[in-house]
Parts: sequence; structure tokens; C-alpha cells
Amino acid sequence: MGGTGSGKPMNLTLHVWRQAGPGAAGAMRTYAATDVSPDMSFLEMLDVVNEGLVARGEPPIAFDHDCREGICGSCGMMINGQAHGPWKATTTCQLHMRAFSDGDEIVVEPWRAAPFPVIKDLVVDRAAFDRIIQAGGYVSVNTGNAVDGNAVPVPKTDADAAMDAAACIGCGACVAACPNGSASLFTAAKITHLGHLPQGQPERHRRALRMVTQMDLEHFGGCSLFGECQQACPKEISIDAISRMNRDFVVASVMQAEERQVAGAG
Amino acid sequence: MNMFAAFWRSTIGKKVVMAVTGVLMIAFVIGHVSGNLLVFRGAETFNRYAALLKGVGGLLWAARLGLLAALVLHVTAAYQLTRAAAAARPAGYARREPQVSTWASRTMRWGGMLLFVFIGLHLAQFTFGWFDHATFSETDAYSNVMVGFRNPWWVLFYEVSMVALGFHLFHGAWASVRSLGVARPSGHPLHRRIATLIAVGVWLAFSIIPLGVYAGIAKPAAGPDTTAALPAAAPPATP
Ligand code: HEM
Ligand code: FES
Repeated sequence: MGGTGSGKPMNLTLHVWRQAGPGAAGAMRTYAATDVSPDMSFLEMLDVVNEGLVARGEPPIAFDHDCREGICGSCGMMINGQAHGPWKATTTCQLHMRAFSDGDEIVVEPWRAAPFPVIKDLVVDRAAFDRIIQAGGYVSVNTGNAVDGNAVPVPKTDADAAMDAAACIGCGACVAACPNGSASLFTAAKITHLGHLPQGQPERHRRALRMVTQMDLEHFGGCSLFGECQQACPKEISIDAISRMNRDFVVASVMQAEERQVAGAG
Repeated sequence: MNMFAAFWRSTIGKKVVMAVTGVLMIAFVIGHVSGNLLVFRGAETFNRYAALLKGVGGLLWAARLGLLAALVLHVTAAYQLTRAAAAARPAGYARREPQVSTWASRTMRWGGMLLFVFIGLHLAQFTFGWFDHATFSETDAYSNVMVGFRNPWWVLFYEVSMVALGFHLFHGAWASVRSLGVARPSGHPLHRRIATLIAVGVWLAFSIIPLGVYAGIAKPAAGPDTTAALPAAAPPATP
């Protein structure tokens, strides 16, 4: 093993979810993937299978992809019952075929969650994540001159914790792996990322309240602390973030009531 | 008011309520089993303890109502979150391989339902005396226990239920701290020492009671035969 082109080519059987469009009835279809190099990425293997399908006049398997270097988060799919397949901390585009052996059967399915409707085959609509971000996953700034790089000191530990959470690429593996279909890890990662930084403090509680409310409005499930999300996350974000989100949400719920009292409303 | 409604409406709010009520019930369960172990000290000690509890009157009712409220909130939130989870994944996977979730976490709902049935039957048996009607005594809790656990089916039911409780707490005692957001960040958030201790401790302490009685380690009161003695042990000064 090791060097390029050294592995023996493999023959695999794929069971892939095919669905013509949103709302259409879908089904698992079986395809042979022959002569697969262990050095291919999983997406490259699908590309080769698709070339064969196109040559036969069949519609190719639709899947989402963009960067193919593990940073954009678009290539999510369920592979043999695991989000992004068997390798830890790895997106599908970074998963290589040496993870499999000759003769393997591979089941490939789209993320399954009501808030992630299937658009086609393996492609799902993750706009629900965008709406959660829009609800509060930002820091408001007044525009003007660019601020000096180090004008706001950030303690190293906070910067590290924020960075760890900011690694989230919004791929949706947490939702896909969660038995409840919960978006808690995603939402918590965003809340943790900004909540650790001084720039994120003024809107910290409003942010928690709004993002969690939006998460619920999208009809994701609640968190049962199964821990599957943390294991599936290609960026290894910890469920500690969820604890922190819950705390911020509780504090925010209390503070919001105080604000209303100060304002003299109900 | 609005704040509570909004809080309860959110999934996190429900989980926080589950965690708070769960922790309250854990505290109760630990106290309950500590008292119950007095059964091994004999009829007199055990019944004196039972009388002590009944003696506090108003306080006992406050505790009962508090526990009932906790249970109702806990079960309602469990039901609603289960519905929400099912709605969030209407179509399942053809193949799914859980990686790190414990068996305990994946059976919280089934285990919870068993606990629900258990609590009902347990109260019916030892608080209301619906089962061993002829021998049930309001004042001789010890004798009720001796009679109840002479029946192997009751023993089996209690043993199974206490295994379920142990699993419920193996996940629950750990999860509650995280739901409440008071867990310290950890390099290994899935590790749980204290929760394991609570789960195993509560399970062992509860499960030896029915077995101990059935095996004859805790014997019927030494003096007159328990079943015959129940009117004799009766009315102290309770009005
Ligand atoms: C009697 C019926 C009961 C039912 C139906 C029930 C159901 C459940 C369910 C479904 C969960 C998981 C919720 C989730 O994460 O989605 C849970 C959590 C929990 N339960 Fe229960 N339970 C019951 C009784 C008890 C009892 C008697 C105790 C304690 C002695 C207890 C303590 C806990 C704790 C501590 C949690 C963890 C809460 C959290 O995750 O934050 N439960 N229960
Ligand atoms: S294609 Fe961008 S992360 Fe895989």
C-alpha cells in the first residue's frame, strides 16, 4: 500500500438512492463499480460510475460537491450507515476508496431529515441551516475604517475555543447521524464560535435565543445527547458546544423576560 | 408568564425541564432506596422509619405532589420530544450504523415507559394495597413487603424494572448535567464516572431488596406470624 497507483483495483457493488426530483418517489438502485482504484476519492469513484451511466444513456447519480478538499461542506452523504463514510474527521470528498475492500457492497443514501428535503438522488436542500445563521449567526458592526488587527485583545484560550467551533462547515452530518434529526451541534457550534469572542458579546444572548428558535421552527428534533453528531462531525466539534448553547439559551430566556419588564411590557 | 411558555415551547426548554425533574427524581430515588434498605434491619426499624415518614404529614404531601408534578412534566416532555424526533426523520435509512451512542441512550424511551408502568404498579402494590388485599396493612409496611416479595413474579418484575432504572440513570445522570449546561468542558465528553456510580449504586441497592426478601435474608417479623399479626400491630395514635 502507500504510494500512488500501488493498490489493486477493486470491484464493488453500490446500492444508491435514486430520486428524480423533490417529492418524487425514490428507491435504492444497484450498480456495479468496476476497476476502482484504491487511490480514488469516493466522489471520483462516483464520477467514474456516472460516466458509465451517461454512456448507457441513463441519468447520472446526482450528488453535491464543490471544493473536494474538505472545506465547503457540500459533499455530505450517508455511506454504509455512517455520515461521510467510515473514516473519522473526513468528508466524503476526502474519503478514499482504500477504506473499502474488493467485493464490498456499499449503501449510499442522502441525509435523512424533514428539514433537509431531497432535491435529487443524494442532493438535499440545506437552506434550513442558512436560515438558522440568518436568525443570529453574525456579529453586527458599523461600517467605516477597517479596525486594527489587534485592537481588540482576545485571550488565546478563547481564540482557540472559538476557532475550534468555527471549523464547522455546515455539512449537515450532525443532523444526518443524529437519531433525532437534531441540528443542535450545528447551531451550538455557531453560538459557541461567536460567543467566545469579545466582538460576539453584545448580541450573545439575543443570538442564542433567535438561533435556537429558528432551529425549532425548522422542525429539527431535540438533543438526546446520543453523541453520534460529535463522532460524525468531519471537523470533530465536541458536544461541549451543546452544553454551552443550552446555558446561553437558559440565561437568554431569563434576560429577555427582564428586558421586557424594564420596557414595561407584559 | 410568556417567558415560561416560550421556554417550554423550545426543544431546549423541554430538555432543561427533563433534566431538572430527572435530577429531582434521582435525589428522591437515592433517599428512597437508603430508607428501604432498613428492611434488612428488621420489622421494627423498618416500620418505625415508615411511621416517621407518615408522621411529617403536610411535608409528606408536599413531597408527593412535588414528585408527581416532576413526573408529569418529565413524561410530557419525553412524549413531545419523541414526537418531534420522529417528525424530524419521517423517512429512515436503509442502513444505519450507530457509532458511539450507548444502548442506554437509545432505549431511554422504552425504558422510560417501563418505569412509568413500574411506578404505577409499585404505588398500587405498596401505597394503595390493591394486590395483596387481605394482608395489606396501612401501618405494617414491613409485612406488606414480606408478602409482596414472596411472589416470584413480583420479584422478577422488580428486578427487570431496576435494571431499566439503572440504564435510565446511566444515560440520564450524565445527560442532565449537560442539558443544564453546567458540565465542565471535557476532552472526553462521553465519559461518565459519577453517573456510572449512581446508576450501579441505585440498581444494586434496589435490586437486593426483593431478592433478599425472597431468599429469606429479610425474614417475616420474628414474633407472631406477620400475616396473622396485622391487626395486633395496628392502630397507633394516627387520627
Ligand atoms: C416514569 C416514566 C419516565 C419516562 C417516560 C422517562 C422518559 C425519559 C426519556 C425519554 C428521556 C430522554 C429524553 C431525551 O433526551 O430526549 C429521559 C431522560 C431522563 N430521565 Fe427519565 N423517564 C421516566 C422516569 C424517570 C425517573 C424515575 C428518573 C429518575 C429517577 C428519570 C431520570 C431521568 C434523567 C436524569 C434524564 C436525563 C435528562 C436529560 O437528558 O437531560 N426518569 N427520561
Ligand atoms: S466537496 Fe467540499 S467538503 Fe467535500
